[in-house]
Amino acid sequence: MKARIHVTLKPGVLDPQGKTISHALGALGFEGVEEVRQGKYLELDLKESDPEKARAEVDEMCRKLLANTVIENYQVEIEA
Amino acid sequence: MQTAVIRFPGTNREKDVVMALEHATGHAPRVIWHKDASFPDVDLIVLPGGFSYGDHLRAGAMAAHSPVMKEVVRQAEKGVAVLGICNGFQILTEAGLLPGALLRNAGLKFVCRDVCLRIETAESPFTTGYQNGQVIQVPVAHHDGCYYADDEELKRLRDEERIAFRYCSAQGGQDNRSNPNGSRDEIAGILSASRRILGLMPHPENATEPLQGSTDGSGLFDGLTRALN
Repeated sequence: MKARIHVTLKPGVLDPQGKTISHALGALGFEGVEEVRQGKYLELDLKESDPEKARAEVDEMCRKLLANTVIENYQVEIEA
Repeated sequence: MQTAVIRFPGTNREKDVVMALEHATGHAPRVIWHKDASFPDVDLIVLPGGFSYGDHLRAGAMAAHSPVMKEVVRQAEKGVAVLGICNGFQILTEAGLLPGALLRNAGLKFVCRDVCLRIETAESPFTTGYQNGQVIQVPVAHHDGCYYADDEELKRLRDEERIAFRYCSAQGGQDNRSNPNGSRDEIAGILSASRRILGLMPHPENATEPLQGSTDGSGLFDGLTRALN
């Protein structure tokens, strides 16, 4: 079973890297980009075969380590 | 006063802290490797600067969840003073011993230079060697030093006078160079609610000898020694 995790900065948290990427896109002629927010993507291979148990476990992993919930939000997708 | 300095893989400022502590206290600190089984009885634990675990995932995140940090949390709960410098500050926030987080510098560059700090409260064992409003010069050397806390947390820090140091100009005010990393509210260092834990991004240990260009950091170590003896 696979878990796909997106970790993103909370709204309002400064993202200077996102801003720089946005400027770079503008310099390449992509003028329609209003904002870029950079985040992280993690893929986990899990032994667990019950999707509900897997989700609960990954949720705990995110809260304890994979995301810093002071500054980051996370989204978990479980794929059988 | 007995002290311990914790070393993780990637820690690289422990010798600087050892020298500053030995100079101030007259005793060599115990240097604790993160895998050491026993923990000595001490009055102060220092988490020095560096790049513990290569800053993997987030600066300080891996060290914050290592077994030795569980012991540091236990010691802190017993009232042992804890000082986190640079990476040590990042570890303390990741471990939940101090609020907020340290983000990538607003200018995206590693910043290594002298900065001026204003002492915002002398009411702690770490700042008792200084006067309120005093300006000191110490170096910073970091990539992830932009302090962030949400509005509610910032208000709590201000109301409880837990902001220990703010970045400032040489005159004590603000100019366009005084904040090296974009920290909210110019915050360079904060205290726990108990005032027994301090985290700061600058390196007072690197301003304790005339050869280093400033001895303004000595006030922290000398004050600590008097307060904890």
